[in-house]
Amino acid sequence: MPSNKSVSDAPIVQFTNCRILRDHQLQREDLWVREGKILNPEKLFFEEKGSADVQLDCKDSIIAPGFIDVQINGGFGVDFSLATDDFKSGIDLVSQKILSHGVTSFCPTLVTSPSSVYHQVLPQISVRNGGAHGAGILGAHLEGPFISKEKKGAHPEHCLRTFEAGAFQDLLATYGSLDCVQIVTLAPEMRRSSEVIRELTKRGICVSLGHSVANLSQAEEAVQHGATFITHLFNAMLPFHHRDPGIVGLLTSDRIPAGRRVFYGMISDGIHTNPAALRIAHRAHPKGLVLVTDAMAGMGLAPGRHTLGQQVVEIDGLNTYIAGTNTLSGSVATMDTCVRHFQEATGCSVETALEAASLHPAQLLGIEHEKGTLNYDSDADFLMLNDSLYVQATYIAGEEVWRQDVSGM
Amino acid sequence: MKLIILENYSQASEWAAKYIRNRIVQFGPGPGRFFTLGLPTGLPRDHPESYHSFMWNNFFKHIDISPENVHILDGNAPDLQAECDAFEEKIKAAGGIELFVGGIGPDGHIAFNEPGSSLVSRTRVKTLAMDTILANARFFDGDLSKVPTMALTVGVGTVMDAREVMILITGAHKAFALYKAIEDGVNHMWTVSAFQQHPNTVFVCDEDATLELKVKTVKYFKGLMLVHNKLVEPLYSMKEMGAEKSQSKKPYSD
Repeated sequence: MPSNKSVSDAPIVQFTNCRILRDHQLQREDLWVREGKILNPEKLFFEEKGSADVQLDCKDSIIAPGFIDVQINGGFGVDFSLATDDFKSGIDLVSQKILSHGVTSFCPTLVTSPSSVYHQVLPQISVRNGGAHGAGILGAHLEGPFISKEKKGAHPEHCLRTFEAGAFQDLLATYGSLDCVQIVTLAPEMRRSSEVIRELTKRGICVSLGHSVANLSQAEEAVQHGATFITHLFNAMLPFHHRDPGIVGLLTSDRIPAGRRVFYGMISDGIHTNPAALRIAHRAHPKGLVLVTDAMAGMGLAPGRHTLGQQVVEIDGLNTYIAGTNTLSGSVATMDTCVRHFQEATGCSVETALEAASLHPAQLLGIEHEKGTLNYDSDADFLMLNDSLYVQATYIAGEEVWRQDVSGM
Repeated sequence: MKLIILENYSQASEWAAKYIRNRIVQFGPGPGRFFTLGLPTGLPRDHPESYHSFMWNNFFKHIDISPENVHILDGNAPDLQAECDAFEEKIKAAGGIELFVGGIGPDGHIAFNEPGSSLVSRTRVKTLAMDTILANARFFDGDLSKVPTMALTVGVGTVMDAREVMILITGAHKAFALYKAIEDGVNHMWTVSAFQQHPNTVFVCDEDATLELKVKTVKYFKGLMLVHNKLVEPLYSMKEMGAEKSQSKKPYSD
């Protein structure tokens, strides 16, 4: 053993006996971490003449970047679209609990709500780093209210709005503030959507198309104005038609501006989308697939009745419906089950399945230099998984924040 | 010299590795008697084809060597000749090289001592021959303009000062160089031939590399393999050997 002195005060940790996901492949390499970032061991060796202070044997685990969930409406009894008094502790609870699902960063999502809800809730959401307290918050995802009546899904009709009158100003007035907003889902066929999309994109907010009856050219125009995401592909949009593919056609459209990629969310819980449809989308555009849970308050709880914003939802097993109807509304899926289901249904490689939940959402949000990979100098948010892709431990900034109970299931 | 002929690349590598292992154990490394490496280099340190990257990926990251004990010539030093001179000093300070391990080029060069290099040369900057540049083009996407044209290298004289020299030669494309190295005269056009005048040299090669040698030579050395293989048998552990010193008795003379 070389001398265990490191060349900086910050301890250097070397994770050994593991396979890490790097450059789209599982490689038998050690993972080096210092001060919450992934460290380049070659540079450390030659330039600083440093070595590891601590070596951890990972017992042949897979090490993957932490999962990023860009669409999650709540869980464990907490509903992000309800302006309760203890909203802050609610979001803290969810962020802490999803660590066990492998999620290290997320976008709390608000479904269509009255304007008052946005004004009360949004100031209570702040972008913050993750840690032992819970997964990091990247910013809010506002799904609605500027969506189509015909494709409202589980969203309450009386809260739907348009921005015909004042375009972006209407939107800003509805939400109150866009300070901590990361994604906005809207229906591009609505009048003046192009202006709104351009304005949102200018502010660095990701625009997503969803809950819409747009045809392909309307969708393509939206992309040209800056839209980059599709909210839960197939759900709440016109079905694929061979003479007008609708929003689904964006996956293979040739009118996407050069250098841009359209990403699309998929809820791969086996319910929202038939596995065959999941496979079609994946094969058509594998690099754009982003796994999302779209989980709602009932996730993590026993079957029964829960709320989703202004609606009451009934959970029966893995199915979640608006109470008394057949309308799907959110899910109770967890991110790690989505990853496993995606891998099984498509037969894709482990690397592809893991990247759909880490690299792709990071690329969507333009943060792939810090999150979503195990590249040198990026944030040390990572997971240890076994070969069946069950999360054994979760790390944020190089610190262990959750570990599977050895005695547990 | 000892000429060790193995069947193929992997066997040659394994024999060489075991030999080096045994020599390390006999050397008895410890505090103050550390294991030092030196190499020629000429590329930016973090270039994927630099010797730093090569050595890191293929050697250092798999072992527990202390970074202070690694000495690689720095091709980016501001004063290259001073860097070379300092390297020679470091070797002297470490007590000289115990075992030098190297390969040869198709033009018979040892390290980057290209044809025409002085057989008593020391560590210095060398311009590379076209043969060498061509051979290395594959690491630079086949683009000749990207291949460095100069390198820092230990000299032939520097290597001759080592107490033991091991040269690894595999592949048919090295066969002619091996012939020139051991069956022809000492000649600065085939610098590796200088080791004919070294008291303690081991050439490890595979069948393909012997293609240009006389059948007589090959048969002679193959006949000695029984004896030579004793050199790679596992030694007792250092603990068990107790105070035994480094020199083990050789069962025969060169």
